[in-house]
Amino acid sequence: MQVPAHVDYERAASVEHAVALLVRYGPEARILAGGHSLIPMMKLRLAQPDILIDINRLTELRYLRITGAELCIGALARHADLLESVEAGQHFAILHDAERVIADPVVRNWGTIGGSLCQADPSEDLSAAFAALKGTMVVRGPDGTRTVSAREFHTGAYQTVVGPAELLTEIRVPIRRGSSARRPGTGRRGTGSSGTGGPGTGSSGTGSAYLKVARRAGDWPVGAAGAVIWLEDGIIADAGIGLTALGAPHFTAVAAEDYLLGKPPSEEHLTTAGALAAGQCRPVTDQRGPADYKLHLAGELTTRVLRLAVARAGQAARPPTARPAA
Amino acid sequence: MKVTVTVNGTEHARDVEPRLLLIHFLRDELGLTGSHWGCDTSNCGACVVWLDDTPIKSCTVLAVMADGRRLTTVEGLARGTELDPVQQGFAACHGLQCGFCTPGMMLTARWLLNRNPDPSEAEVREAISGQICRCTGYENIVRSVLWAAKHTGEADHANP
Repeated sequence: MQVPAHVDYERAASVEHAVALLVRYGPEARILAGGHSLIPMMKLRLAQPDILIDINRLTELRYLRITGAELCIGALARHADLLESVEAGQHFAILHDAERVIADPVVRNWGTIGGSLCQADPSEDLSAAFAALKGTMVVRGPDGTRTVSAREFHTGAYQTVVGPAELLTEIRVPIRRGSSARRPGTGRRGTGSSGTGGPGTGSSGTGSAYLKVARRAGDWPVGAAGAVIWLEDGIIADAGIGLTALGAPHFTAVAAEDYLLGKPPSEEHLTTAGALAAGQCRPVTDQRGPADYKLHLAGELTTRVLRLAVARAGQAARPPTARPAA
Repeated sequence: MKVTVTVNGTEHARDVEPRLLLIHFLRDELGLTGSHWGCDTSNCGACVVWLDDTPIKSCTVLAVMADGRRLTTVEGLARGTELDPVQQGFAACHGLQCGFCTPGMMLTARWLLNRNPDPSEAEVREAISGQICRCTGYENIVRSVLWAAKHTGEADHANP
């Protein structure tokens, strides 16, 4: 029988109240959101906080909305909320791809996006997705609000930049040109390539995807990769790559991203990017698999997920009037 | 700490420790032993109950988190003596063997059918993918849920 140790409990009535409680009780207080990471840790006595500060009543932190050029996700949004958001899926297929393979439908009903990110498990899926999307985390503390790049959010396994008196309140993801509606001929052009010969020649748009290898349905990944591709006139104008469970620094592979800039998304370039991504990974052997297999996954999954993101970018770019249905 | 919950339409108040898990609150404090305590690690789904209108795994939720909320357990699925079509389906299609996973399976099935009255077989399998039948009787569980989908309209069980 697994039972948490004795713990006190307070229910926050507002974000300000939650911060005040964190200040009052000090570093042995923990924020309780869905609890689907924290309560298992408490049962195993790997976490033994003095007091839990329950934020589940803070409906002001449970939302998904498009604000200007950003998708904003409240930290208390449940995984199911993100998966059910048509708008989020239209802009960022990567988020729906990832959510479909996170745990199971019942766990997704109660587990929260913010809780998953703050647990900071080095195999967590959304950490890679938001790294690929180049998102921003909003953190609230006694001195106000600060923002941190998704790629700087984690400081190590199970560690984040969130201080003892702070909580994560929001995740923001930039919506760039062409991510849902095509805006041809705008923005900067790629450099360093003629722009001819690639499979996406002439097209502009954004595509994203997430691929995960797990031992069984709903499990943590052996390895997983996410990609976001911004095409302009058939050239990769920007690329985001996210990797999890594979020992990638900051859940990403900057060398592979930089390599792709300004190039057409040819098979050769995507394969090279996969190899570069694997070169940045330092996986460890554990019960989910040996390190050499995970290195193989890092390269192969990166190439495959880039291929899928490019294909989706091509579809997003196709104006309905230009190619009438056959 | 005082916790007041409405379970299957009846209000209950108890003074409990904050660390008490919801599954133990239901079984040991309220005597509602229909919900089963299985793996203790939110993997098996034997402990699934509805919190307000949503199935959750009650081994991974504290009883204090449910304060002021509605809970539905397998004991609340039937209307009086009339079984929910999901329960009828499990009877008609031999959807249970040992019965340990059955309460959780049925609550998730009812939630699925409320949201999606005519699910495909794949959608049923996806819905129960976080629940384990150690008799491995999945074929008949899926058949039972599909049977219930076919017969739900007749009984008009929108909400238990």
